Amino acid sequence: MNRRTLLASAAALSLAAGAALAQDVPKIAFVYVGPVNDGGWSQHHHESAMEMKDHFGDRIEIVEQESVPEGADAERVLTQMALSGADLIFTTSFGYMDPTINVAQKFPDVKFEHATGYKTADNVSAYSARFYEGRAITGYLAGAMTETDKIGYIGSFPIPEVIRGINSSYLHAAQANPDVEIAVVWLNTWFDPAKEADATQALLDQGADVVLAHTDSTAPLSVLEKAGAYGFGQAADMAEFKPTPRISSIIDDWAPYYIERVQAVLDGTWESHNVWQGIGDGMVGIGEFTGPIPEDALTHVTRMKEDIASGAYHPFTGPINKQDGSAWLAEGEVADDGTLAGMDFYVEGVSGEIPN
Amino acid sequence: MDPVLLVASIMVSATPILLAALGEMVVEKSGVLNLGVEGMMITGAVMGFAIAVTSGSPLMGFAGAAVSGAVLSLAFGFLTQYLLSNQVATGLGLTLVGLGLSALIGSHYEGQRAPALGKLDMPLLSDIPMLGRMLLSHDIMVYVSLALVAAVWAFLKYTRAGLILRAVGEDHASAHALGYKVVRVRMAAIAFGGACAGMGGAYVSLVRVPQWTEGMTAGAGWIALAIVVFASWRAFGVLIGAYLFGGVTVIQLNLQAAGTTVPVELLSMSPYLITIIVLVIISARGVQGAPASLGRSFHASS
Repeated sequence: MNRRTLLASAAALSLAAGAALAQDVPKIAFVYVGPVNDGGWSQHHHESAMEMKDHFGDRIEIVEQESVPEGADAERVLTQMALSGADLIFTTSFGYMDPTINVAQKFPDVKFEHATGYKTADNVSAYSARFYEGRAITGYLAGAMTETDKIGYIGSFPIPEVIRGINSSYLHAAQANPDVEIAVVWLNTWFDPAKEADATQALLDQGADVVLAHTDSTAPLSVLEKAGAYGFGQAADMAEFKPTPRISSIIDDWAPYYIERVQAVLDGTWESHNVWQGIGDGMVGIGEFTGPIPEDALTHVTRMKEDIASGAYHPFTGPINKQDGSAWLAEGEVADDGTLAGMDFYVEGVSGEIPN
Repeated sequence: MDPVLLVASIMVSATPILLAALGEMVVEKSGVLNLGVEGMMITGAVMGFAIAVTSGSPLMGFAGAAVSGAVLSLAFGFLTQYLLSNQVATGLGLTLVGLGLSALIGSHYEGQRAPALGKLDMPLLSDIPMLGRMLLSHDIMVYVSLALVAAVWAFLKYTRAGLILRAVGEDHASAHALGYKVVRVRMAAIAFGGACAGMGGAYVSLVRVPQWTEGMTAGAGWIALAIVVFASWRAFGVLIGAYLFGGVTVIQLNLQAAGTTVPVELLSMSPYLITIIVLVIISARGVQGAPASLGRSFHASS
């Protein structure tokens, strides 16, 4: 090779590199806490991400990492993603909040979107769904369906989102059945099918006959099916358990939000924000009502769903007392988002203590 | 709290780790440390589920799970016994392979229903008040696991083959000098351990949950490994360990569901806490009973 061809090829190379740079599309990354086929939470984030990918086609590139434990591992994964050129990273579990904030500080040019948390920064947005609106509906159904006057709730971690879910479920179960009791079991995991199954069995053994799950797998429904009890789809419709034991479900739909935010990155208009959307915005969906739900309960939840969507009804409307009997909301008063976001107390009627 | 329901739940919860731990104990008795229990369990879980769904027979599922667990463990056996690879690293690799392989095989079986394993109804016996329903009306695998405990105990204690297996585990050079086929004995033990772990996994996917979900054994294999140490490598110790661990797990969930005033944090850590306490007591007594050749590679030239 003589000098001329060497120079020519070097020029060609730099041209090629330039062309590659021009084609560089935004890289969108997703981090999931469970496997993408858990049938629930992580699967729905993944499917929404895929819907977003289909929407944009070649205009973006997508990277995903599943089953990332919350904590130090998450920080390592996020750093790796930021280093490998991700432009926007969605961290889709509550426990990624501090890792997201930490990594975001080190990479001010990378944008982050954290699900279900409350901390934001210039390059970190928080987005969440008002699951408690869905819990109001499933809670009411649980109250209407229980014959033992006892419903069970499988709690994952004692964080505000889960506590809101327990309170909302109980308040509306009590609307349907004033004698109802709620038993809460904490598992300290989002995904452990065997443990979720054991917890469901324990709740059944203790006399509950409707179980609401706040964990990610379909294991509770399998156990409920065997026992002839009722439950709900959580995060996903879990339609394979229709018509019973699953009598309705709370469905997360993240796709419209993902499309909107990626579009903002493409347009260069992305800004940090903190959004909380519910049934009205379509982020929380309610699955088809199936199974032997009594007619009046069915009419009630159908109306409640419309009222929540239109804003006519807020699931936390007074009078509501705290667990110790002290007043929280006066007659007709509606809970403010600040209190809800940091909710760390049970409402009156829920027994037991919240673990620290 | 109804003791009948409680004992029934404990038996279901303890059976997977009992099977896996029992198999691993035999493997370790022969002087091999196989850290791939989790991988063999999850493979057994998915294969058992797949075969049960395809054939419509849960028992076929368990048989298939045992075979697939054994086949996977023989890969470990080939690497460590013939190629003399490091047992710890190979075992960990086996776990990773098992987790990946099961996710691959299982993707078609998400959301499907397994045929139910019927409860064994023993005429007369099952009708005994309390005891009958508590102990004598479970599915057949619960009794298979208990029978296996007795069989392993008798095998190790009373049979010539059991004595050879223990000799290989205690001092493989001497056993070799006496003319015993060290590698063959160990391969057989490894296959047995794999079969047990596979059945334990299938119990999770066919009875305890019952469905296939990726990663569903969620660390049960590691608990089985701990229980072998906890049991000081004795069959009935494994039984006690597995039922203790399963029992404390189920009881703490029931206590939570019943709304006791005991702090949840204490309840959640109780299974692990009790395991640690017992381990401390055992080591304080000084009798541990680990096979002397545990984890050491053997080659006839050495």
